[in-house]
Amino acid sequence: MPARTVLQQADITRALTRISHEILESNRGPDNLVVLGIPTRGVVLASRISEMLAGISGTPVPTGALDVTMFRDDLGRNPTRVPSPTQMPAGGIDGKTVVLVDDVLYSGRTIRAALDAIGSIGRPAIVRLATLIDRGHRELPIRPDFVGKNLPSAQNERINVHLLEIDGDEFVTIEEASA
Amino acid sequence: MRHLLSTRDLSRGEGITILDVAEGMAEVADREVRKLPALRGKTVVNLFFEDSTRTRISFEAAAKRLSADVINFSAKGSSVSKGESLKDTAQTLAAIGADAVVIRHGASGAPRVLADSGWIDAPVINAGDGTHEHPTQALLDAFTIRRRLHGNTARGRDLEGVSVTIVGDILHSRVARSNAWLLTTLGASVTFVAPATLLPIGIENWPVTVLYDLEAALGAHPDVVMMLRIQGERMHAAYFPNAREYSRIWGLDDARLALLAADTMVMHPGPMNRGLEISAGAADSPRSTVLEQVANGVSIRMAVLYLMLSGEGGK
Amino acid sequence: MSETILVRAVTLPDGTSTDILVRDGRIAELGRAIFASADRLIDGAGLMVLPGLVDLHTHLREPGFEQSETVLSGSRAAAIGGFTAVHAMANTSPVADTAGVVEQVMSLGDRHGYVTVRPIGAVTRGLEGQQLSEIGAMANSRARVRVFSDDGTCVSDPLLMRRALEYVKTFGGVIAQHSQEPRLTEGAQMNEGTLSGELGLAGWPAVAEEAIIARDVLLAEHVGARLHVCHLSTAGSVDVVRWAKARGINVTAEVTPHHLLLTEQLAANYDSRYKVNPPLRRDEDVRAVREGLADGTIDIIATDHAPHPVEAKECEWAAAAFGMVGLESALSVVQASVVDTGMLDWADVARVFSKAPAAIAQLDGYENGIAVGAPASFTLYDPSVSRVFEAAQLRGKSANSPYLSTVLPGRVMTTVHRGYPTVLDGELVDSETVAASARSHDHTHNRSGASHG
Repeated sequence: MPARTVLQQADITRALTRISHEILESNRGPDNLVVLGIPTRGVVLASRISEMLAGISGTPVPTGALDVTMFRDDLGRNPTRVPSPTQMPAGGIDGKTVVLVDDVLYSGRTIRAALDAIGSIGRPAIVRLATLIDRGHRELPIRPDFVGKNLPSAQNERINVHLLEIDGDEFVTIEEASA
Repeated sequence: MRHLLSTRDLSRGEGITILDVAEGMAEVADREVRKLPALRGKTVVNLFFEDSTRTRISFEAAAKRLSADVINFSAKGSSVSKGESLKDTAQTLAAIGADAVVIRHGASGAPRVLADSGWIDAPVINAGDGTHEHPTQALLDAFTIRRRLHGNTARGRDLEGVSVTIVGDILHSRVARSNAWLLTTLGASVTFVAPATLLPIGIENWPVTVLYDLEAALGAHPDVVMMLRIQGERMHAAYFPNAREYSRIWGLDDARLALLAADTMVMHPGPMNRGLEISAGAADSPRSTVLEQVANGVSIRMAVLYLMLSGEGGK
Repeated sequence: MSETILVRAVTLPDGTSTDILVRDGRIAELGRAIFASADRLIDGAGLMVLPGLVDLHTHLREPGFEQSETVLSGSRAAAIGGFTAVHAMANTSPVADTAGVVEQVMSLGDRHGYVTVRPIGAVTRGLEGQQLSEIGAMANSRARVRVFSDDGTCVSDPLLMRRALEYVKTFGGVIAQHSQEPRLTEGAQMNEGTLSGELGLAGWPAVAEEAIIARDVLLAEHVGARLHVCHLSTAGSVDVVRWAKARGINVTAEVTPHHLLLTEQLAANYDSRYKVNPPLRRDEDVRAVREGLADGTIDIIATDHAPHPVEAKECEWAAAAFGMVGLESALSVVQASVVDTGMLDWADVARVFSKAPAAIAQLDGYENGIAVGAPASFTLYDPSVSRVFEAAQLRGKSANSPYLSTVLPGRVMTTVHRGYPTVLDGELVDSETVAASARSHDHTHNRSGASHG
């Protein structure tokens, strides 16, 4: 079955804009916010959201990257993963409202690892979760606060997120994974 | 990578991957909790047939920061003959359930024999074998050079165009061998400086330049000068007449230090013989990377343990 | 009474076909279509007959190291390799430096009967390089020792070597020197060159062998004595021996099968099966020793069969023992290295692996090869087959062969020793039968007055 496009570039931008507004609304403004992306594509999304937050509110919002590889519970089940850099904003995360950003929310295991990773770095006041796509099939009691698009999927389907900064083009597709 | 036995087997890509992973590990050193759960439940055995407190505690710190359990097995002075000892020890470790073996051994090739033997089915990491190799030392040296040159933008880079001069007892140095292979694989050019007695036969077939004259080598303004430890007992085997003459001709003294550019790195794998191969002034100058090397050693060993032990191959 | 054997249609080393009739321990008749009745008929079609191989350099390990090899197990390994005589090196425990030890080794060999076992006597007492052993007593003993060697160590003291050469001359013997300058090879592990430097293994330089050979040939010339050079391994050594022979010096030299085939490159993975003394050398050395053997500079091939127990090899390279077993594989390795490469023909092999070593050791019965009236010691070899060499093909007590799991040509199908078979259909004849044949042979020959000393 060929890949079916579920979001175009404009849809992605619209979704991120809406998420940004929702973040500001729930946080009652930009104060104390830190946006952390989970590599690889979550980092790109986080920096876009950070820019949007600044654009809307007129206040710069710090952003960073949080690698969770070393905190995963499935290291022994997959080929060795090479960790990506973790970059914390200058002000750190202690006492902040951290918004975690990932491209696709699936089992929830990545987010569990991210919560552990945050715990080893500092103690935020609040941690929220934003995701471009929520495809369901959670294996842990984890729930997103901000969702770009809910995309019910079968477990044998694959979601592909392409972003300009990494892939040179931009869309989200869904396809049946080859056996 | 199943084992880390020598840097000679490493491709450029594998070398850069280890250095990049080590960058991530170095970040952890600055965190509130300097510990990662990646190797929780794994057992790393430090199997040391030779004393080396520095290397052992570096591997121990690395394994513990990754949440692995560490067993230190000092086999030195064991009464069994050496051959029986390696096999029996390996089988004992296998029975204990070691997930990785870090081995330091006085016999060149012992880690390779262990890896090929079938006595134990765990990754083997060479922590120095005889006069053969010391791959994690070369990796931490390359890591130190790359960080000094590129700082925060080091990830993904090789050492193309970097010139490294290694001075001293090349013949007996596993550090020199591991560095010769790794640094040239990463694109650096390597020069050995030593008296002819301390250079191996056939050195002309190595991918290095060989000089006898330290002044001439320093005059070429290398980016890095690495001084090797010279063992006093070598003079009894007529490799050189005495420590004074060695120090005068091949030691990095203050006068020679002054010939170096301000940003030339002065490296030493430690432990140093101050006043013999390196002056106190050189060892303590801002050019010296000696303490960075020690800190970076933990990051490199974390990276190696992580790459060997995580993933499907790492059982 | 020993049995009569008729071998049909085998190929002689010169390429001609013949039948062989064996009677009373000797070759009774040669020729096509011999008409005779025989107790045993052997079909020689497709097989090569070679005179019984004579090994001038065998470590049988008994007495003292019976866990590695015994006279019996080593004799069986020799027979399956096509040998009918071996020379047992002196580095046993106790060392073969007295008449008592050499007579014991010889009588063990005689009793088992697979091959003639001739002891080699130590040059110096206890192989210690300090004072001469009882060379005269060993020479005059029932074992009639003619070859003396400290093999395993070099008689490095030049004065002691000079005296040894002179003293042995008195008894018509020869010194077989293990040429290794000890100071140049302290802690040595492998050939010294680029590879040893890379592997961090202490080097065994070619010059350590060549310098001793050069010194010894000059000493032999000076005192007018015979010198035999054991297991020569380098291109430079070939040159030195070639020079000495051109000068008329009475020197002979040997090369091992492994130095004809294997190179130092095999050490690269620290697999101690390839650890041997002298070490495996470079490609150019292998070429040079092959050429030296082909042009007669090197006189003989000898195995340096050196059995070791498993634990002596199952360890780090530096801790491992030097040496490899070689009797069972020798002829195949010779075929692969110098026959199949066109450097030697089978007549040359008969010379360098039977007649010439027997001559150096003054071992009777091998002067004329396959000839009417000669003792019936020969081997039937099938050079056309090729097989994966496995531990199952070894017959000694030790498995430290460098050839395991490699493909080697040829197979010994039959060995006849003094008129009775020790190998039939590619398998050893059992020990009791062989021992009985040996007793029967000795009985017959002693009664007929044909004493062998």
